Amino acid sequence: MPNENSRRRFLSKAATATTLSVTSLMGTAALLTNSDDAAANTTWAEWFQGNYRLMTDAEKQQARTRLEKRYSAEFHKKVTVDGTPAAEGVLFGYALNVQKCIGCRRCVKACVQENNQSRGDESHKGKEIEWIQVLKMEKGEFTQEKMNKGYPSDAGIQVGGNAYSPAGVVMEGERYYQPEKVPEKDAFYMPIACMQCEKPPCVKVCPVRTTYREPDGIVVIDYNWCIGCKQCVDACPYWARRFNFTTPNLPEAEMNPVTHYLGNRPRMRGVVEKCTWCVQRTRAGRYPACVEVCPVGARKFGNLLDPKSEVSLILAKKNVFRLKAELNTYPKFFYYFD
Amino acid sequence: MMRSIIRFAIDFAAYVIKGGPRFYAWIAFLGVFVLALLYGTYLQATEGLIITGLTNQITDGLYIANFVFMVGVAAGAVTIVFPAYVYHHKGLHDVTVLGEMLAVSAVMACNLFILSHMGRPERLWHMMPPFGIINIPSSALALDVLTLSTYLVLNLVGGFYFMYTRYMGTEVNRKFYMPLIYISIVWALSIHTVTAFFLSTMPARPMWNTSMMPIRFIATAFAAGPSLIILLFLYIRKNTRLWIEDSAINTLSTIVTFCLGIALYLTMSEIVTELYAVTEHSLGLQYLMFGLDGMNKLVPWFWTSLVFNIIAFVALLTPSFRKNYRLLPIACILTIIGIWIEKGMGTVVPGFIPTPIGEVTEYAPTLIEILVTMGDWAMGMLIATVLLKGSIGVLLGDVKRASQPWRVMSDDAPSYQTTFEPARMEPWARSSDPDAKVDAGFGTRRDIRARSQGRVAAE
Repeated sequence: MPNENSRRRFLSKAATATTLSVTSLMGTAALLTNSDDAAANTTWAEWFQGNYRLMTDAEKQQARTRLEKRYSAEFHKKVTVDGTPAAEGVLFGYALNVQKCIGCRRCVKACVQENNQSRGDESHKGKEIEWIQVLKMEKGEFTQEKMNKGYPSDAGIQVGGNAYSPAGVVMEGERYYQPEKVPEKDAFYMPIACMQCEKPPCVKVCPVRTTYREPDGIVVIDYNWCIGCKQCVDACPYWARRFNFTTPNLPEAEMNPVTHYLGNRPRMRGVVEKCTWCVQRTRAGRYPACVEVCPVGARKFGNLLDPKSEVSLILAKKNVFRLKAELNTYPKFFYYFD
Repeated sequence: MMRSIIRFAIDFAAYVIKGGPRFYAWIAFLGVFVLALLYGTYLQATEGLIITGLTNQITDGLYIANFVFMVGVAAGAVTIVFPAYVYHHKGLHDVTVLGEMLAVSAVMACNLFILSHMGRPERLWHMMPPFGIINIPSSALALDVLTLSTYLVLNLVGGFYFMYTRYMGTEVNRKFYMPLIYISIVWALSIHTVTAFFLSTMPARPMWNTSMMPIRFIATAFAAGPSLIILLFLYIRKNTRLWIEDSAINTLSTIVTFCLGIALYLTMSEIVTELYAVTEHSLGLQYLMFGLDGMNKLVPWFWTSLVFNIIAFVALLTPSFRKNYRLLPIACILTIIGIWIEKGMGTVVPGFIPTPIGEVTEYAPTLIEILVTMGDWAMGMLIATVLLKGSIGVLLGDVKRASQPWRVMSDDAPSYQTTFEPARMEPWARSSDPDAKVDAGFGTRRDIRARSQGRVAAE
């Protein structure tokens, strides 16, 4: 029948046109992402995926496989994206001996390498992201010279001349120190990073619940669900969160291919990231990179529910304190001294 | 019904797009900034927010500052609605719809500022159920988005319902309309309260973490909002045939005076409380007022704002100044600038100084950021121009149900022509008696109703 013929022709034409337009769309996507077609297709699917926490196991697996494909193509090596969930009966905790820390910042370097943070070398100024900060705390000084600088009289009835000495101030240090060698004489060091609070204020303010507390106590971020509103950065009292102001600078050769979906997989522009206590390592029974690398053994990590773990023993036997306890965030990152 | 609505939409649009050279010049002027917005948005989408002045130390800047101010403008529109419907103020009652349209435009601009601020604006749907997740009531930002969207809907429905009835020449159904009005009055307070919570609920930023924030935001909003409305009303009086009564403007300027006074009082309270015992809560304010560790970019801004607000307040307290419509705009402009600085840059930025680890850094917006901000403002103004022009047309009776199907134009001379007929009152003249009933010819509601009813009868 001629009629049917023309209809069929029309349909096949329409189908071709649709295919063409879809292909060209994908091509555009490929151009936009500066990668080949396969990677572009996986990116396309990524845009429509849901919140990781709410996915079924099958969907989670699919999302990870998709990422593995994209990362492998992007970094030209076999990249794995792990999805190991929290283990039963585990609540991770961290303890840091402030007395022992020498301020060498090996933990910072190890963290950057392990967790695929953005590098900030000469040609990539301002792109540097570090999850650990080591603050150099001043010892402060009380001097005879300042004795007669009080208020309102020299004797300082209301304010003494030695006021405003930074001695003993917690968490207000300088992180740009570049000495010949560490430890420096008149300083002590206080490393900080995400405190993995039991009551994390960053999680509370997230409008889309992309950052949440895992059952083992680690606060994680689904980078694919983050809208980049930066509320969590504002809400963190420990300044632990970092926003990717631009596409991270992660050289292929330095990229760590062993990743976890909620941890050190490469991030994209416009999302927030932070320390996850190396979820890719700790859920596989290993120490976080910073613990492993610390040359003086100032860093301890373990299961708070296991009374024989290092952290539990420290909590039981040492003088322990948490930072900014008055804010009721209940960090699981403890500081102690011998 | 459906056909009437479609015809209303077409008549409304047709009325809006027709205008004189000055109208098109204004649209083109705004269009330039909208183009800049598009370019800036493209850059932000490809390069990232690194092209702004924002850093990991100071993560909110010009966008959030303007967002906060704009929410204030949206809430400030209630200063028209509240006296009109709670105190039965006739002058304001006639032009309530202008306030509603201003609120709609301001909320649209708020949304644009949030989009410009987001690192991943294309993922906005993550916040929209059922596909996304909206974390309420925990997240103040999510709550803010929700209350703002509701406020938008309330004003769109209320405003357009009123205009539609006016267009049809019928009366509003008070059983439907009045609850909408009362809800939107309360809602106006709630949007700005939630915006204050958005900042004040963060103990990590001691300067923001004060329970004074919501009332201060409300007070400053009800100073800056009506100031903007007064300017708008004086402009409308001068350039269109819509006459806005003196009593309306006088009520608004009284509101500005009271609220500016309250705002200054709250500023004083904050300064004394914070600077008496200089704790970490006061470091942000110290930075703002005097500079901290040698960084003092915001110091001139703070003092400008304070001086402007005080001058405006003193001027407004003087009745001869307040009722002189040649001088009143000066006080309004001073108030708008003063409040814009105070609750924008003066609140948002020093909250980050110093950072939780004691770092003192400064923020300065980049050119792109400024362009995008101006583009967001221009988009808001464009929406306001369209909505206000159309609603003025409806109030004047220029946009009304035509006797012929699909006839768009009315018999009246279009109001948008720049050669306007002189109003019977000199628009900038000093008001002799604020409570005097001014029979201002074409503009009053009675006249409009008489004319529209005449037309209905003629049909």
